[in-house]
Amino acid sequence: MEIHNTEIVDTFAEAFKMWGARVIVTAHSPKWVRAAAQAMTGFATSVIGCKCEAGVERELTPAETPDGRPGVSILLFAMDAEGIGKRLVERIGQSVMTCPTTACFNGQEGEKSVVVGGQLRYFGDGYQISKRLDGRRFWRIPVMDGEFLVDHQFEVCPAVGGGNLLILGTDLPSALNAAEKAVEAIDGIPGVILPFPDGVVRSGSKPGSKYKSLFASTNDAYCPTLRGIAPETNVPAEAGCVLEIVIDGLNLEAVENAMRQGIKTAAGCDGVIRISAGNYGGGLGQFMIGLHDLVRE
Amino acid sequence: MVLDLKLRTQLDIPLEAGIISPDRLAGLTESEIARVPLIHGNRKKSLGDFFDISGTCDGEIRLVGDFTKVKSVGSGMTGGRIIIEGNSGMHLGCAMSGGEIAVEGDAGDWTGAEMSGGRIVIKGNAGHMVGGAYRGGHMGLQGGEIIVHGNTGNEAGNSMRNGLIVIMGNSGDFTGANMFSGTIIVFGELGIRTGASMKRGSIISMRHADLLPTFTYSCFYHPSFLRLYLRRLRDMGISIDDAQIEGGYHRWCGDSMELNRGEVLLFSGSPGS
Repeated sequence: MEIHNTEIVDTFAEAFKMWGARVIVTAHSPKWVRAAAQAMTGFATSVIGCKCEAGVERELTPAETPDGRPGVSILLFAMDAEGIGKRLVERIGQSVMTCPTTACFNGQEGEKSVVVGGQLRYFGDGYQISKRLDGRRFWRIPVMDGEFLVDHQFEVCPAVGGGNLLILGTDLPSALNAAEKAVEAIDGIPGVILPFPDGVVRSGSKPGSKYKSLFASTNDAYCPTLRGIAPETNVPAEAGCVLEIVIDGLNLEAVENAMRQGIKTAAGCDGVIRISAGNYGGGLGQFMIGLHDLVRE
Repeated sequence: MVLDLKLRTQLDIPLEAGIISPDRLAGLTESEIARVPLIHGNRKKSLGDFFDISGTCDGEIRLVGDFTKVKSVGSGMTGGRIIIEGNSGMHLGCAMSGGEIAVEGDAGDWTGAEMSGGRIVIKGNAGHMVGGAYRGGHMGLQGGEIIVHGNTGNEAGNSMRNGLIVIMGNSGDFTGANMFSGTIIVFGELGIRTGASMKRGSIISMRHADLLPTFTYSCFYHPSFLRLYLRRLRDMGISIDDAQIEGGYHRWCGDSMELNRGEVLLFSGSPGS
């Protein structure tokens, strides 16, 4: 199948069951909202090395936030609900509570709940104050600029991690340009985030390694520099660069929607030869997202 | 279907009418409702002796007339809705745990006393001990909301533990006395001795107030939790100024005679005012 002279490979992205949380962070001004969001979603590219994956879903207007201040919606994913709870306590505690003027709220209804503010409250050393409003419990933790307000618990739901696209370009500028445009098209789709730096990853991985201590290693089949020596290669002779977009979402439909937008946008960009997807033969993930199925719909 | 109860007699002595509640009247026919017993003074009577009854109760009851002498309407109710097109008497919604009561006129003393859930909205004034604990009781309001558009008497929120009381007008003396926790927001004037013996909890006033000497001043700041409360009240149709949401408050801590973990927040708008 081709779209605007770009080959869409008849393959699938292999995605995994994860758990996801939506966190609303508000602050006095957009500057401090961004500062908190940047800190909270930093070093959260892959569960393999970061224990979670996180990113900004979208910025929120004051009318959309619980306290009427500028805000941001952050999605955080981990392999299980318990893991999300731990990561939220760490990241909200270290990255949001520390940031001037912020408050932090649960942003969704979910199947399970994890206690976050109920853990962070102990930082208040006995001066913390509990408030209940409309069935929700909040904690007011005294800090040096006033109080940090945080939900007692956050709801988590089953989610999908590891949706992905591989963009094969003739050279770095063409692949990078297509990847940037695809990220722009996906940006703002509800329920998804792209956890890697500005949405793009160059170090795609395969499971396992020649080194026993490593769970994953470079995806040699997609490294152009190894095309001549790798045991197997998926890089055509005319391709000089491969970039990947990884997508995590609160549900399969959102991930599929994001992948579809990414394919349609990247296909036809100058120098984009092929769009493919990463998988492990279908033996690891719970979701197989066929590229042809996406663009046929 | 709405059950309409129209008071057709002028009451000189109180009617104990805790039976008027969606929990107790739901599913009964008009004739069965007419036979429901209640106490008038020291005599057993029936609902039909005082009320014109029409309809059946599938969760909503409308009361028409002056219910000033009708006590304990909605007491212990767990759900449904009661609308009083007139004034209500004492003990309205006491110990209720769910549902909603709306009063178009004034309400008597002990409105919402010891309630644990649901909502009471009074369009007029309310008497003493709104959301309070009964004498000898340990806890007043333990959950739910009481919103009074007018003034209240003394000891609103006495010994309350959780829940929200909003007074759009003035509150009397000893507002929030003995509070364990919860929130009281007063838009008018506070009486004297606010928060006396409070342990925890928040009393917020939009006006200046003279506080007991056992309260100590902490700071001027912008409490973020209050934005949630005020925005919610605004969503309920209550007029809230932007300045009250965006502005600052002076924080006083007390009562140092007790735990000293309570607070009184006085709206200022700017640090100097």
